Amino acid sequence: MPREDYLNATYGIRSWLLTTDHKRIALLWLGSVTFFFFIGGIFATMIRIHLLTPTGALVTPETYNKLFTMHGVAMIFFFLIPSIPAVLGNFLIPLMIGAKDLAFPKINLLSWYIYMIGGCFVLYSFGTGGLDTGWTFYTPLSSIYSNSAVTPAVIGIFINGFSSILTGLNFIVTIHTMRAPGMTWFRLPLFVWAHYATSLVMILGTPVVAITLLLAGLERMFHLGFFNPALGGDPILFQHLFWFYSHPAVYIMVLPAMGVVSEIIPTFARKPIFGYSFIAGSSIAIAVIGFLVWAHHMFVTGESTYAALTFSFLSYLVAIPSAVKVFNWTSTLYKGSISWDTPMLYALGFIGLFVIGGLTGLFLACLGLDIHIHDTYFVVAHFHYIMVGGAVMGYVGGIHFWWPKITGRLYPEALSRAAAVTLFVGFNLTFFPQFILGYLGMPRRYNTYPPEFQVLNVLSTAGASILALGYLLPMAYLTWSMRYGKVAGKNPWPATGLEWTTDSPPPTENFHVTPEVTWEPYDYLNRPDLGLTAGAPLPAPAHGDD
Amino acid sequence: MQSQLPIYPEQASNFAPQVDALMVFITVICLFFAVAITAAIVFFFFKFHRKKPADVGVPIEGDSRLEAAWMIIPLFLAMAMFGWGAVVYVDYRHAPQDTLDVYVIGKQWMWKVQQPNGLKEINELHVPVGRNIRLIMASEDVIHDFFVPAFRVKMDVVPGHYNTMWFRPTRPGRYHFFCSQYCGTNHAIMGGWVTVMEPSDYAAWLSGSSGGTANPVVAGEKLFAEKACITCHVADGTGRAPSLNGMYGAQVLLADGSTVTADEAYIRESILQPNAKIVAGYQPLMPTFQGQLTEEQILALTTYIKSLQSQPVPPKGSGIAPPTGKK
Repeated sequence: MPREDYLNATYGIRSWLLTTDHKRIALLWLGSVTFFFFIGGIFATMIRIHLLTPTGALVTPETYNKLFTMHGVAMIFFFLIPSIPAVLGNFLIPLMIGAKDLAFPKINLLSWYIYMIGGCFVLYSFGTGGLDTGWTFYTPLSSIYSNSAVTPAVIGIFINGFSSILTGLNFIVTIHTMRAPGMTWFRLPLFVWAHYATSLVMILGTPVVAITLLLAGLERMFHLGFFNPALGGDPILFQHLFWFYSHPAVYIMVLPAMGVVSEIIPTFARKPIFGYSFIAGSSIAIAVIGFLVWAHHMFVTGESTYAALTFSFLSYLVAIPSAVKVFNWTSTLYKGSISWDTPMLYALGFIGLFVIGGLTGLFLACLGLDIHIHDTYFVVAHFHYIMVGGAVMGYVGGIHFWWPKITGRLYPEALSRAAAVTLFVGFNLTFFPQFILGYLGMPRRYNTYPPEFQVLNVLSTAGASILALGYLLPMAYLTWSMRYGKVAGKNPWPATGLEWTTDSPPPTENFHVTPEVTWEPYDYLNRPDLGLTAGAPLPAPAHGDD
Repeated sequence: MQSQLPIYPEQASNFAPQVDALMVFITVICLFFAVAITAAIVFFFFKFHRKKPADVGVPIEGDSRLEAAWMIIPLFLAMAMFGWGAVVYVDYRHAPQDTLDVYVIGKQWMWKVQQPNGLKEINELHVPVGRNIRLIMASEDVIHDFFVPAFRVKMDVVPGHYNTMWFRPTRPGRYHFFCSQYCGTNHAIMGGWVTVMEPSDYAAWLSGSSGGTANPVVAGEKLFAEKACITCHVADGTGRAPSLNGMYGAQVLLADGSTVTADEAYIRESILQPNAKIVAGYQPLMPTFQGQLTEEQILALTTYIKSLQSQPVPPKGSGIAPPTGKK
């Protein structure tokens, strides 16, 4: 371990709460998003226990409605959206491009405080009456009819939006202006490309949802008629505005996870990623086309047939760049030197689950099929495959991959492999039955259901208990490893990124001397410093020979 | 009979086989890709497992022919899914002419149904097999959604709008319907049963129930007088507002020169927001009835106005557009 690093450079609570070091801020984020993941996870556990019996085993209908609403709000706005960008992105982007910090270190700290203030409002809402509108806040239910604590929740999410916007802004400016000498755009790690695309969506989309929720709040507080037809408003307008952000928000959650996977796969296959520019370009394509598909959430609202046709068509287009990524990752494995380390297990698990999540999106984008499966458990299964199978697997995989860099220590390998397999099995057992439930016609957000749906619900709950174990294990051994783990050294895998050329944990200023980049990304051949393969490597063929 | 663990619900409408066929089509394509990708990953995972700790992989940067192939082939398949799905959807969104119209009103947390003869049901819907049924749906409060899994159709029921959906039941029986748009506390029990009957049974059921006094045409006619609609909308066309005889289903000529088909949505809008569409030759005099009528009253008025379709149209003083000579 280095004698002085960012963790022990200064001491005391003030040195953390007033830090402007992106690495320390990343750890503040790690703590707070983990807290919200716990909160959301407790709600999810109660939901699954409740659904063990057709009449509902645990809580009243009011409480059930609050559980799934608060589960969604905590997980989406306070865990999934910030998780990878604010924790890993914050920690890694300056290290990956050879910079000392983000462009605006104080604004970076401000982002975290804004998130915490927004989080307090939302927790206040949860604690004083709860929230029962669904995380989608559809009007006029949210703006008029709900008797729960909608106003503080809406204010909390509005405030939290600024955190996202500032983080996105910080990343974009940093990536444009602070790259080390030799770090050209096409030498950037794909993780950075993915965060660039994510930041675009954060900056352009978040203001829309913030304003939309504010309007719903104003309608609730002051009876201004924006969405309530009795006051001359239109409830469908709310849905257009809400999904204009909330569909691209799905890409805020999954693009960074794709960035993580694009780092892990070449590292543990020890070869350049297949189709670098196509993976980088597809991130941007997803961010751009992702803004043009929002009304596919509204095929059965009575929207015009022409609008439905247009949005269905565009939704199929956005599937193509996602498919391109999957094909390129898979091809990268070909003739690799593949290790079975934990991050690789997560990355490959991510591909498998993301493929199912993405392909089931094709079912929902299909107009004729959506009239049956819309608002059923099919949708619930689909987006959990993307957000949990995709985004969370990517996040947990990324935490493992960079854990040695963050803490300077390794986690226990055998235990962590077992946890990765547990997560994968538990996840599939929880959510795969829900596809079938949905096609059979079980609507989502039901606290009670006809008895013929019970078998699949029991399977799902059984899977959830395995899944919970899969989450608790890493929390336990990662905490343990911070003190007792083996010392990792600069580059344990070894990987090719700039972040692996500095100490683990890095010094406060990241690099003792400003690095200069002379190599292409993921190039294992021309990096004698990594200490790998001896032996004459095969000459690089111009094309894959399959 | 269904087996113990079915994977699809019963097929009981004209849309059910179409939707299931689409489902099979997309499932086959997706299964192919999912299996192929998974198989490739698993194969590579074992085949190229690292032999010696210092090994590296063979550097392969990419292949533009492969990139093109895996963009173009999925795009074609995606367009096939889009096209087929669009065909089913367009059919679903355009009801045929000869429908049996049933009104459905959703409110927290029950469904009120009104048969064409005025017979009312709660959380039950009786329909004859083999007829095209059109549901004309309104909400008293929040957004609901009428969903019949055995028919493979659903449509949101949105306050302030009339949404319609249609289907043709193909098998007699009793089928669950659900509210599938989250609508508050008792969302999960806001459902009921659709009963599909032989046409003769349906007719007997309709006449056997006492629908007489609840006849919406009678109720609508009464409202038409009570709300003083009748003082301006005079049947012979001499009033300050156009006669409504024969208007339903016809083209109405508007002040801006355009025409509009007088359907339920037009009638509803004209009651609630009279100034939205002014009939050519008339002044915007009518007051709004927004907030003064319940959905059921609007429905009764609409039904009454629809019943005037068969009344003689006065030569002057109706809003109906002159024939354009097309027919």
